[in-house]
Amino acid sequence: MIEVINLNKSFGDAHILKGITTSFDKGKTNLIIGQSGSGKTVFLKCLLGLFDYEEGTISYDGTIFSLLSEDDKRNLRAKIGMVFQGSALFDSMTIAENVMFPLKMFTKQSKSEMEDRVDFVLKRVNLDDAHKKKPSEASGGMQKRVAIARAIVNNPRYLFCDEPNSGLDPKTAIVIDNLIQEITKEYEITTVINSHDMNSVMEIGEKIIFLKNGLKEWEGSKDTIFKTDNTSVTDFVYSSNLFKKVRKMYLDETQG
Amino acid sequence: MNYLQNIGAYFLMIAKMFHKPTKWSVMKQLILKDIDDLIIGSLGIVSFIAFFVGGVVTIQTALNISNPLIPKYLVGFATRQSIVLEFAPTFISIIMAGKVGSFITSSIGTMRVTEQIDALEVMGINSLNYLVFPKFVSLMLFPFVISIAMFLGIIGGMVACVYGGFATLEDYILGIQTDFIPFHITYAFIKTIVFAFILATIPSFHGFYMKGGALEVGKASTTSFVWTSVVVIILNYLLTQMLLS
Repeated sequence: MIEVINLNKSFGDAHILKGITTSFDKGKTNLIIGQSGSGKTVFLKCLLGLFDYEEGTISYDGTIFSLLSEDDKRNLRAKIGMVFQGSALFDSMTIAENVMFPLKMFTKQSKSEMEDRVDFVLKRVNLDDAHKKKPSEASGGMQKRVAIARAIVNNPRYLFCDEPNSGLDPKTAIVIDNLIQEITKEYEITTVINSHDMNSVMEIGEKIIFLKNGLKEWEGSKDTIFKTDNTSVTDFVYSSNLFKKVRKMYLDETQG
Repeated sequence: MNYLQNIGAYFLMIAKMFHKPTKWSVMKQLILKDIDDLIIGSLGIVSFIAFFVGGVVTIQTALNISNPLIPKYLVGFATRQSIVLEFAPTFISIIMAGKVGSFITSSIGTMRVTEQIDALEVMGINSLNYLVFPKFVSLMLFPFVISIAMFLGIIGGMVACVYGGFATLEDYILGIQTDFIPFHITYAFIKTIVFAFILATIPSFHGFYMKGGALEVGKASTTSFVWTSVVVIILNYLLTQMLLS
């Protein structure tokens, strides 16, 4: 579980995060949603310790991140898996080498043990014949799946995903969403996903935090988001006619 | 003010580069890869330039010695001194600032732009140690490149001298042996080691701390070449003043 209390972050005079307090539950897919510029990415980078913040605390299963020494911070980060928006795969390595990288860095496994583990996670993300390809030879969806495989290969306790569906076709996006949710359940990971893909919100949003102008405007789940009367949330989530109709049908069905 | 901030950040980067070392089994492979990219990959161009510039130095020296009282072997002597003291260590370092420096800046800069450095940091890896330290270690073999440049420069001079008819082979060989001071080689290698450190760290600094996208990677490469060259020239002056005067 990750707990955030009164998080404040500024860049110069610009106050980006304004006293955010929330928690992300273990074994659940926790989504951070909001418009561009609402502070989602800054929030995620604060959670990851890539940005320092002025005020507030972030604790990982009771351990307050800011109180840790640099070495302890690095040790904690070894338990974190991250899927970047652009996948951030290492260009100079093959797909198998990318996935093996955290094992090489943080474990004392033999080469054959590492290869077995890489085979297993690549199979888990449905990529069992792409070992020798370079990231540049893989499609966007494949790259995302490799990034997920790399993120989970060392059995992380926390998984962060920054817009995992961006640039993907709807079908592949659903595959990626389902994969993240399955992995979260299977390995009891605390997963935090930064997204503005409304399909993801409806499909896998077990806990949803809506940010607006650096403030936590709303908190709920994929079920409660249909019923909320918070206009900021409804304006954002149901901005398209299709989603407005879906919401109306859902409400008619549940109320009827 | 910005310059002072950058100088401070540069020295902090060097300190962080030695902190929390990467696992040796991984680091060994990175060093070998960088030796291949930075040292072995530079031998061709360095050899080519050294050979022909050695020839040009000899021709120009010979053409400027028109007084019959000056012995012919002086052509070899002047070529050796020019190549050992200045051309090989300094001129080749400037060329390497263009070749190796821009490679380092653009490769690290691209990793910054595509979030690969963030990925390393999130995994708990000291990205400066992982990326910059192997380059620093591999460039400690830079004196090997400079030795080859010295040798081929003198050979190039010999070929130009003998086949150009400026002096005989015996005169040229006598010239390159005349008044040989071994400390000049030491001086050249001290400069080379210092320049190697500069070649590894200044381009890495510009790549690592760059902001923006693909266009900024190009700009950072150019800036890194300019600053590496400026620092090499200034240090060349200071080291010459300290070691030879």
